[in-house]
Amino acid sequence: MHELSIAMSIVELAEEEAERRSVHIDAVHLKLGALSGVVKEALLSCYEMACEGTPLQGSRLIIDEVPVIIFCPSCQAQRPLNSLQLFCCPECGTPCSEIVQGKELEVVALEINECAPNLA
Amino acid sequence: MRPEPRLIEVRKNVLKQNDVVARSLRDRFHAAGVFVVSLVSSPGSGKTAFLEKTLTLLRPNYRVAALVGDLATENDALRLARSQAPVKQITTGTLCHLEAAMVQNALEQSALEEKKWNLGQLDFLFIENVGNLVCPSSYDLGEDLRLVLISVTEGEDKPLKYPTIFNSADVAIVTKLDLAAAVDFDWQAAYANIQAVRPGMPVFKLSAKTSEGMDDYMQFLATRLRELRPASLEAIL
Repeated sequence: MHELSIAMSIVELAEEEAERRSVHIDAVHLKLGALSGVVKEALLSCYEMACEGTPLQGSRLIIDEVPVIIFCPSCQAQRPLNSLQLFCCPECGTPCSEIVQGKELEVVALEINECAPNLA
Repeated sequence: MRPEPRLIEVRKNVLKQNDVVARSLRDRFHAAGVFVVSLVSSPGSGKTAFLEKTLTLLRPNYRVAALVGDLATENDALRLARSQAPVKQITTGTLCHLEAAMVQNALEQSALEEKKWNLGQLDFLFIENVGNLVCPSSYDLGEDLRLVLISVTEGEDKPLKYPTIFNSADVAIVTKLDLAAAVDFDWQAAYANIQAVRPGMPVFKLSAKTSEGMDDYMQFLATRLRELRPASLEAIL
């Protein structure tokens, strides 16, 4: 259960951006890969806790879940992975170890309001 | 009038801070020519026994040291010290995993001590993570090689239950092989499950107690050290 420390890092990162740009943050948009090792539900409840007493209190965390995409060496193509329990090409069955996407843990955007900076 | 909210692009990795520290550690390790191996597993899978055996077997021919992470107690460091190798405990308190900054702090502390560690005088550094198959997967520690351990007593389907950590590791070690018959351990099934979640992953099966299978693993480590060294020696020359 490391979601709280992840949530705190997200808040810290967003807070820095808010300060730098003198804006109010209404929401934080996050890309969360299926292989990031972070659980969406746990992160959402930890986010609320991490925001408490910070300028981000009351802001929303909007999570975009990113599925795993692998590269199949036989098809020479990117394919979506059907199951985390079986890393093989859904088309031809070749085992695939090259991960193209799915490890993301990234703040991609902020919903801001320029007239009302967050007050601590 | 309250203006409409606006979306601004940021694109920042949440674990960037850890990744930056991990990268600087990796550069430092490579400049010093030390090969760094980390160990992850669930609690009780035999990390410490396996590491104690590894240190004992390597010590006659190589200069080795170990950092060991636990929530509390120095018990593991005391056990590992029996190998006569220099060992440092990292106590994480309530934190369920090691982060790169903790490794960095431990190395800096050791530099202040009387018998300080000089990375340039080490061949292998081992980092034993906190027993946990979930959280350590997200944190790069600057290691060259991440080992994931499963003991025969845990069941053959461990890789299927924890695919993320297996996917973040480079090598799987099946431990407590001396107990395999007692628990009807199915090696073929375990191997197939590891390959299903991480195709091509090298797997060693061994017993730290009887030393069965340790030779192959020792040779593997020696080969990896030789592969690391030419590049770093060239840098010096």
